[in-house]
Amino acid sequence: MTERRDGARMNVLLGTGGSPDGLDALSETVERAREAGDELTVAVLDTSAEADPEDVESRVRDRLDELDYDADVRRITGHPGSQLVELAASEEFDRIVIGGGQRSPLGKIELGELAEFVLLNADRSVTLVR
Amino acid sequence: MSDRMYPDDPVDPFPEPPVRFDDREGRPIAVEASGADDLESLVEMYRAFDPADRAQGIPPIDEAAIRDWLAVLLDEDAINVVARHDGGIVGHAILVPDQNEAYELAVFVLGEFQGAGIGTRLLKGLLGQGQREGIEKVWLTVERWNKPAKNLYQKLGFETSNAESFELEMAIRLA
Repeated sequence: MTERRDGARMNVLLGTGGSPDGLDALSETVERAREAGDELTVAVLDTSAEADPEDVESRVRDRLDELDYDADVRRITGHPGSQLVELAASEEFDRIVIGGGQRSPLGKIELGELAEFVLLNADRSVTLVR
Repeated sequence: MSDRMYPDDPVDPFPEPPVRFDDREGRPIAVEASGADDLESLVEMYRAFDPADRAQGIPPIDEAAIRDWLAVLLDEDAINVVARHDGGIVGHAILVPDQNEAYELAVFVLGEFQGAGIGTRLLKGLLGQGQREGIEKVWLTVERWNKPAKNLYQKLGFETSNAESFELEMAIRLA
């Protein structure tokens, strides 16, 4: 997110299903957005098998409150990866941001289904936040 | 992930450490149970570790991160087995408990000691120590392209338990 096209502000789309790495990515992205003047939209993904989207949305809003930052928060239904990629394309976001994976008990980084799908299928740059 | 699948039948007993042998280069190696007393020797081994041999972000690169990581591995609930040669540690295998009464496995061998049969003996020693301590279920993840590692795990009795993620997941039932 430090690269800028012609010094222009970027329009950033962050997707999260509520896992801890997604919320960490949110904090870091807000910090960068503030410095760079980027515009941030947060997509709350439907990972209802694992987490209640309503609960995820309120955690996202709580985090934004804590950071005292105003971002557009949207609930997205359907397959999380494909819907995130679709939204990024249809609304011409400059970049997609997602969490950088969880750690296994031994400390190995585990990339989830969302990361795999978005990395392989997005038609624009993707940032994995560590 | 609690939906991990394990083989129905347990494998035969593995040899329990200590095990002494000469590796394929003729170097005397001792595979022994290990723990917090080996912290400094392990830090030394991982500082010498080739970054190209890292897998999925471990071992960490800088010393402070190596120490934080080793603190988790050397916790008393985990099982550690090392390969010693000439007063130093040249290989390290670990079982760390997960949230589901199973254990995650990893093994590391220093570059110049790879390809000499040490990894196999280390793994057997680790699984033998696991059986001694009553562990039943063990799993690991391995990069899909790492065919030599996959073959080795298979030879020891691991079976593919999940092929749908980035990395291949394998599991074994020890008892």
